[in-house]
Amino acid sequence: MTLSAWSRWSLRVVMALGLLFIYVPLLLVLVNSFNGDRTFGWPPHDFTTRWWTAAWNNGGARDALWTSVKAGLGATAIALVLGTMVAFAVQRFKFFGRDTVSLLIVLPIALPGIVTGIALDSAWRSVIAPLGLGKGLFSVIVGHATFCVVTVYNNVLARLRRSGVSLEEASADLGASPGQTFRYITFPTLRSALLAGGLLAFALSFDEIIVTTFTAGPGIQTLPIWIFNNLFRPNQAPVVNVVAAVLIVLSVLPVWLAQRLAGPEAGASRT
Amino acid sequence: MKTPAIALSGLRKTFGAVEAVAGIDLEIADGEFFSMLGPSGSGKTTVLRLIAGFELPTAGTVALSGRDVTRLAPFERDVNTVFQDYALFPHLSVIENVEYGLKVRRVGRRERRQRGEEALETVRLKGFGSRKPSAMSGGQRQRVALARALVNRPRVLLLDEPLGALDLKLREQMQVELKQIQRDVGITFVFVTHDQDEALTMSDRVAVFDAGRIAQVGTPEQVYERPATPFVAGFVGTSNLLTGDAAQTLTGRRGAFSVRPEKITIGDEGAPGTVAEVIYAGPVTRFVVDLDAGARMVVVEQNRRTGTAALGEMRGRRVRLTWHQEHVIEIGADRAA
Repeated sequence: MTLSAWSRWSLRVVMALGLLFIYVPLLLVLVNSFNGDRTFGWPPHDFTTRWWTAAWNNGGARDALWTSVKAGLGATAIALVLGTMVAFAVQRFKFFGRDTVSLLIVLPIALPGIVTGIALDSAWRSVIAPLGLGKGLFSVIVGHATFCVVTVYNNVLARLRRSGVSLEEASADLGASPGQTFRYITFPTLRSALLAGGLLAFALSFDEIIVTTFTAGPGIQTLPIWIFNNLFRPNQAPVVNVVAAVLIVLSVLPVWLAQRLAGPEAGASRT
Repeated sequence: MKTPAIALSGLRKTFGAVEAVAGIDLEIADGEFFSMLGPSGSGKTTVLRLIAGFELPTAGTVALSGRDVTRLAPFERDVNTVFQDYALFPHLSVIENVEYGLKVRRVGRRERRQRGEEALETVRLKGFGSRKPSAMSGGQRQRVALARALVNRPRVLLLDEPLGALDLKLREQMQVELKQIQRDVGITFVFVTHDQDEALTMSDRVAVFDAGRIAQVGTPEQVYERPATPFVAGFVGTSNLLTGDAAQTLTGRRGAFSVRPEKITIGDEGAPGTVAEVIYAGPVTRFVVDLDAGARMVVVEQNRRTGTAALGEMRGRRVRLTWHQEHVIEIGADRAA
């Protein structure tokens, strides 16, 4: 498509403004984490790593980080298993209600977190808690898994759709049992899709706050919740900045990796 | 009679309301180069997939060397397939692709490597083992697929339009090579193609498929010279079909007849007509002649003397056509009709 010089330039300016609007505030957080001034006077006068040391020694933040990692890994593990299985079912088999199942899997990522949160909270209270399983880390993992499944499902589905069944047929034709075919052919061709889906799932879980609020049991605090709780305590503000900076890096990394791995077909619908 | 390598009986396969294979009985002998020829949608590929075990028949049985395998999974059957798109494993190297069948059958590493290298040599790809399939040309991939199937020494090799993706020169070269390999290894080849030249040049026998049925089985010569139905006459080569009044006038008999274009000569006597079109095609020229008797005939003449200048002037000319009685083949009706 050819554009006139004027529209080409104006589109460039709009794009630059849009990107600046998104990323300058993030950059600000990073810079402020090294700002020597406790009230973040601008422009920063002196450079300090004091807040980073303080954050590292902050037990609450470290516990929260560890909880987030556990929740993320747990949700990702569930998402990998369930997402892959559903993708196979939908792509490789014909059954009654296939389209409905596909929709129901994708829906949770579009549902407002507050609705998912309330629903899980009341379900846990009225059905699962009476069975003897109170809210805790596990309930957070389950809550996150509901929408993490989508990223794995989408990635695996796209890969299955692209590769078709001919490789598996070829494998069976050459004498491989279904188990061997999965091990030598299906899994290796899915590996990068699983990694991409898994990384996205982890990133989704890692910064989740709404569903977590409703599903976390007493004493369970993930990093985003810790930040939220400490944000308005004046003493903690510099440390929160550091933690936020760490979070930025930790969330960007898996998404960037996932994009590189999945290639152009990654249908990871992040809301 | 020896046990046939493949025996199909009463084979039928329907997909929903579509009857892809509508009742096939066929025996393919051990060591035969057998082609299944037909237009797309005639059921030939489905028959191949039924033999390989990728599809379960709606009715009928598949037997390999006398053993009923109708209900067996693909990996339990002693056949290997060369797929139309080759289906090489993209994450494995060429030699790993070739060795795959031996690996899943737990053949030792050393023997595996040796047989793999031998198979690559058979298809003239020695030294290409460490490459990835994506780094190879279409013709080379085709040969990797062939080596990957041959290395298992199956009783039967199924080939699903394996040359379809190659350009003409390469295709002709591969036709010769395939035939040679088949003679060397001495196993049964079942070759699916829609290209009648390919089927005629390579095969011991050809089955012509029409709408899920076999219209005719025979040697290439039988199929070409003695087509059993109008469909076969039209699909295998070009054919002049005489029916109705024209047949009555030209042959003196009622019915349907076929005359091949190269059996007709343009001369001073015979059936009169007018040249409607002249098509120069390198070694031959095709003349389309409208006979006064009411039939349109295609005549092929070798360009032994003809100068191109003279050809242009032939259009509109009055000519007479002759042919030998023995080249007029009476053909039955299409079964599908």
